[in-house]
Amino acid sequence: MNLKKDFPILKRKINNKEIIYLDSAATTQRPKIVINKIKEFYEKYNSNIHRGLYTLSEEATSLYEKTREKTAEFINADKEEIIFTKNCTEAINYAVFGYFLKILKKNDIVLLTEMEHNSNVVPWKLLSKRIGFKIGYLNIDDSKLDLRELDEILKKRRVKVLAITHASNVLGTINPIREISRICRKYNTRILVDGAQAAPHIEIDMKDLNADFYAFSGHKMLGPLGVGVLYVRKEFLKSLTPFISGGGTVLEVTKENLKFKEDHEKFEGGTPSVADVVAFSSAIDYLNKLGMKNIKKHEDELTKYALDKLNTINDIEIYNNHLKDRVGVIAFNLKNIHAHDVASLLDEEGICVRASHHCAMILHKKLGINGSVRASFYVYNTKEDIDKLIKGILKVQRVFGK
Amino acid sequence: MYRQNILEHYKTPNNFGNLSNFNIKLDAHNPSCGDELEIKLKLEKNKIIDAKFLGKGCAISLASADILLDNIKNMFLNEIKKLNEKDLLKFLEVEITPARMNCALLALNALKQIK
Repeated sequence: MNLKKDFPILKRKINNKEIIYLDSAATTQRPKIVINKIKEFYEKYNSNIHRGLYTLSEEATSLYEKTREKTAEFINADKEEIIFTKNCTEAINYAVFGYFLKILKKNDIVLLTEMEHNSNVVPWKLLSKRIGFKIGYLNIDDSKLDLRELDEILKKRRVKVLAITHASNVLGTINPIREISRICRKYNTRILVDGAQAAPHIEIDMKDLNADFYAFSGHKMLGPLGVGVLYVRKEFLKSLTPFISGGGTVLEVTKENLKFKEDHEKFEGGTPSVADVVAFSSAIDYLNKLGMKNIKKHEDELTKYALDKLNTINDIEIYNNHLKDRVGVIAFNLKNIHAHDVASLLDEEGICVRASHHCAMILHKKLGINGSVRASFYVYNTKEDIDKLIKGILKVQRVFGK
Repeated sequence: MYRQNILEHYKTPNNFGNLSNFNIKLDAHNPSCGDELEIKLKLEKNKIIDAKFLGKGCAISLASADILLDNIKNMFLNEIKKLNEKDLLKFLEVEITPARMNCALLALNALKQIK
């Protein structure tokens, strides 16, 4: 699979070298069809949605709502269950402040895991400051969660909600959400899933996963920046407060009264980034054409190839060497070389990797490190990219050799 | 960024170590990357006669600390207080990319704490 030609940015050179983009866990690149769709929207359909009684606005509205249908289909949900946000973080905040704010009390427990991204930690901490509930963390052992531990905790303590990532943005571990939801149901614990690192890489079926809330980002799956998705299980839609309220959400506002619309429009206050949402549908088309199973297979091949090669390097520590149940994310450190220095020197070779705690500070603390270098793969990456990464790493070690 | 100058100061720093006899102790910490510095200064009539640092960090932050300490020896405290980003970059003699500026500034930020 070599799709580089579909991605105009990958033709660009940096430091006179071809871009080797290995930071798709942060944001992916966009194929030409997505970029063209944005242009087409502004040239042919630009207008505000759900408001104008003229053709342009009707067409724009229809394109926007068709994306909702396509998004729902992509994760096997109903279109009413899809709320567009600006990113995954906003989607999680939506669920936390639009729903959990109302049901959590002082003596409740919210359970997270040690592998959460800050976006699934900070909103809970903020709400906990207001309400006073306790936050617990499921342990990670050998890059994995222990489902028996989850069962034990839920059996002993009244946990109202488990908020968990579907795939770790550092370890790559895919958590078995279907099994986890089954355990949560047994104890009537709500489950919110951060799908930012999973939805782009594996088939998502909400009927099968059985989660209550599922958040993900369009820009991590070839879509434009500025589009996030919150899936809300139908039964919670009625009790969900419009967290982003305002224009477009209400039937009637008077000095005395406030009456929200009945349908999903009440959840998306203000003018959305219509062109970006519309172009997100082209990203889904592109992914569907490739097939999520093929994408996973391609990433599995790259991950295996990369791990095999990385393990031949001296003085390297790799934080998850498992191949099973993981997405194409590899975090590592070179002995005695700071992650920032590794990333800056790789940049001189045109190689884009991330170096930091990747917004997973609790996880890094658990690993006993301040940061790591992260390479993450997507549809456009090839084995040649990994060969260049390996060559780059060896060069970094040469530069820092004593 | 990783010119010989920077790498040499990182690999074989002139001022890494402890000062048992010191007048001012300064700390700087960058929580986003975990870099930590401790700088100790020895004064004589408000003039720096010795300076050492301890800590951990990337090549840019540690080399920058070493080069900065080289440059402040024999300076008066009121001169150090006036040092700014521009001065530091002049000392470093390399271009620092925007993303790495916080690394380069860590030691200078420690000196800024001098009252």
